[in-house]
Amino acid sequence: MSVTLAQAINRALTEAMAQDDRVLVFGEDVGRLGGVFRVTDGLQARFGDRRCFDTPLAESGIIGTAIGLAMYGYRPVAEMQFDGFTYPAFEQIVSHLAKLRNRSRGTLRLPVTVRIPYGGGIGAVEHHSESPESYWVHTAGLTVVTPGTPEDGYALTREAIASDDPVILLEPKRRYWMKSDIELPVTAPPHTSALVRRAGEDVTIVCYGPMVRTALEAAEAAAEEGWSLEVVDLRSLSPLDTDTVVASVRRTGRAVVVHEAPRTLGMGAEIAARVQEAAFYHLEAPVLRATGFDTPYPPAKLESYWLPDVDRILDLVERAMAY
Amino acid sequence: MAEDVTAPVEGARGDAHLLPPAEPVRLLAPDGTLHEHEDYPVELCDAELLAIHRAMVITRRVDREAINLQRQGQLGVYASCLGQEAAQVASTWALEAPDWVFPSYRELGSAIVREVEPADLLHLFRGTWLSDHDPYEHRFALLSIPIGTQALHATGFAMGARFDDNPLVTMVYFGDGGTSEGDTHEAMTFAGVMQAPVVFFVQNNRYAISVPLTSQTAAPTLAHKAVGYGLPGLRCDGNDPLATYAVTRRAVQQARSGGGPALIEALTYRMEAHTTSDDPTRYRSQEELEEAARTDPIQRMRNHLQRRGLLDEATEDGFAQEAEEHARRVREAIYDAPHGDPLELFDHVYVADRADVAAQRAQLQAELTAPPEGGDR
Repeated sequence: MSVTLAQAINRALTEAMAQDDRVLVFGEDVGRLGGVFRVTDGLQARFGDRRCFDTPLAESGIIGTAIGLAMYGYRPVAEMQFDGFTYPAFEQIVSHLAKLRNRSRGTLRLPVTVRIPYGGGIGAVEHHSESPESYWVHTAGLTVVTPGTPEDGYALTREAIASDDPVILLEPKRRYWMKSDIELPVTAPPHTSALVRRAGEDVTIVCYGPMVRTALEAAEAAAEEGWSLEVVDLRSLSPLDTDTVVASVRRTGRAVVVHEAPRTLGMGAEIAARVQEAAFYHLEAPVLRATGFDTPYPPAKLESYWLPDVDRILDLVERAMAY
Repeated sequence: MAEDVTAPVEGARGDAHLLPPAEPVRLLAPDGTLHEHEDYPVELCDAELLAIHRAMVITRRVDREAINLQRQGQLGVYASCLGQEAAQVASTWALEAPDWVFPSYRELGSAIVREVEPADLLHLFRGTWLSDHDPYEHRFALLSIPIGTQALHATGFAMGARFDDNPLVTMVYFGDGGTSEGDTHEAMTFAGVMQAPVVFFVQNNRYAISVPLTSQTAAPTLAHKAVGYGLPGLRCDGNDPLATYAVTRRAVQQARSGGGPALIEALTYRMEAHTTSDDPTRYRSQEELEEAARTDPIQRMRNHLQRRGLLDEATEDGFAQEAEEHARRVREAIYDAPHGDPLELFDHVYVADRADVAAQRAQLQAELTAPPEGGDR
C-alpha cells in the first residue's frame, strides 16, 4: 500500500483515538479544516468536537491547557501549526511540560504529545521553516523524536501517544508527501533506537527527519564515486542512541552529521562529542557537519543555498576520505 | 443581495452583564459591622464563620514562622501572604472537596484550607525539594513560580472536567502583576470559548514586587480585563472574608452549573515585603502601611464575630493554640531538615527508564563514593 507520511501520521492518530477515549487532538485549524497539512483530516468528523477541536490562536494556551488536560487524565496530542510558532509556547514547554513531573517528585504524569511540522524546503514564508530541535533536546524531561519515513511516522506517533512522558514529535513537513509502500499498522517496536538505513564501509552519515532521504540520495551518488556510505537514521534525538552511531563509526572510522538546523550547538555538535569520547582511536578523520548556516533561515528563493543537500554532504565525505 | 460581512453580528449580547460593578462588594466594615447586600446574602453558618477565622489565624501564625525560619537561614526565601488571609482562605472556602486549586506561590491560606501540610510547601523555599505534597490528595496543584502560567493549567483541567461531564470547578490564583502576563489572557480566552468551569481569582495586593498598579495597567479595574474574553468581571473587598466568600461562591456555583468562567478581583494589600529578599521601604511609605493595617482582615473578622457573640476568649485562645501547634510542626519539619538523596535528582525526570539518565546517575554515584583525593572527604 502506498502511503504518504501525512497519511501515516493521520492513520496513527485515528487508531490511537479509536483505541483510547482519553486521546484528544487539538490545535489551530485541526478540526474542521483537518490541519493546514491535512494531517488531522477526518478526526473531528469521526470522533466529534470534544475529542478533536480547534483552539484559539494561542500556542502557549494550547500547551498550557494540554498540561491541565493531562493532569486531569487525558492524553493530549497538541499541534503547533508551524515550527516558528512554537516559540510563544516555549515557557509552557520548558518550564512546565518538561519539568512538572520532576517538580512533583514523580506524582504527576504528563502524557502529552506535541506535534510540530518542522524544517524547510517548501518555499515557505519566514518563520515557517525552522528547525528548533536543539531547544527541546537541551531540555531535560522531554523526549524528542522525528520520523524520516512514513513507516516511522506511523510508529513514532503511536509510541509518542502511548508514552507517559511528554514527547516532542517533529514532523519533517517537506516529506509529508513522501510515499512508501508499507503495511499499516506498523507493529515492530520500538522506533526510538537509531537504525542503519543503508550499510556501508567508508563513512557514516548520521541524519534524521527530513535529511534521511537526502542522505540516502547522497549515498547513491557517492557509490558512483566509489565511496560506500553507511546511513544512520537517529529517529530519536532524546534519548539519543549513541551506541548505534558509535558502532557504525568504529567500523567506518569516519562520520558526517547532517541536519537542517544551524551548525552551532546543533545535534552535530553533540554527536561529534559523543563519537570522539567513545570511538577516539577508531577515527580516521574528524567528525564533520553538513548543516544549515548560523544565519536566520533564508527567504524562500535562497533556501536551496542554505539547506544541506547531496553536494554539501559529498564535499564533506570527500574531506573525510582525504584524511 | 450579498450579506454585509462587516455588519454587527445579530444576537450579539452587550457587555452590561460582564462589566464589574462600580464598587467592590463589601459586607463587613473594618469595625466588623455587617452591611447586608441584596445580591450577596451571607450564607455561612456560625461554625463556618469560626472555621474561616481559625484558618486565617493559623495562616498568619505559620506565615510568621516561615519568615522567622528564613531569618534564621532555614529558608532561602519566602513569599509572605500577610494581610491577604481573607482573600485566600475565604475564596478557597467557597470550593467543594472535588474542586481544584491552582496556586501561585503565595497561597499559604488556601493550602491551610486544603489541609496541605505547610512544611511540605516550604521545602520549595528551603531548597530540599521542589514540592512535597500529593496534588491529587489535596486537589491543590504545585506552587507555580512563573507568573500567570498556572492559569492555563487550571483552564485545561477545567476543560477536561467539562469534556468528562464532571461537575468539578478549578480556581486559579494570581496577582495584579499576573494580569499582565500573556498566559492569563490566553487562559481567559480559552476558558471563555470552551466555557470551562474555572474561576480566575486575582489578589490585587497593589504591588508586583515594587511596581504599583498604576504602572501595571491602564485598565479601569483588573476585573474589566475579563470583559474582552466574554467573562464576567467581579470585584470584592479582599480583606472582607464574608464578601470574598459570597462573591467567589456565586462564581464557583455558576461555573459548576454550566454558567462558564469568571474573573474575580479581590482588593487586598500585601502587608509584608514581596519576599524576604525584598526591601519595601524603597517603594512604599510607612503611612501607607499604617493605613493598610486599619483594614486588616483578621481583626475585621474578629470584630464581627465578637459583635455576633460567637467568639469568646476561650475559643480565641483555642485557635491561637492550634496556630502555635501548626507553627511548631512547621518548625520541626523544616529546621535543619536535611536534603534528600542526591541520586533522587535522576528519579523523576522521566517515567521511562533511560540509559542516558542512568549513566549520569551512575556518574554522580561514583563521585559520591569515590575515595577523596589527598585525604578524607
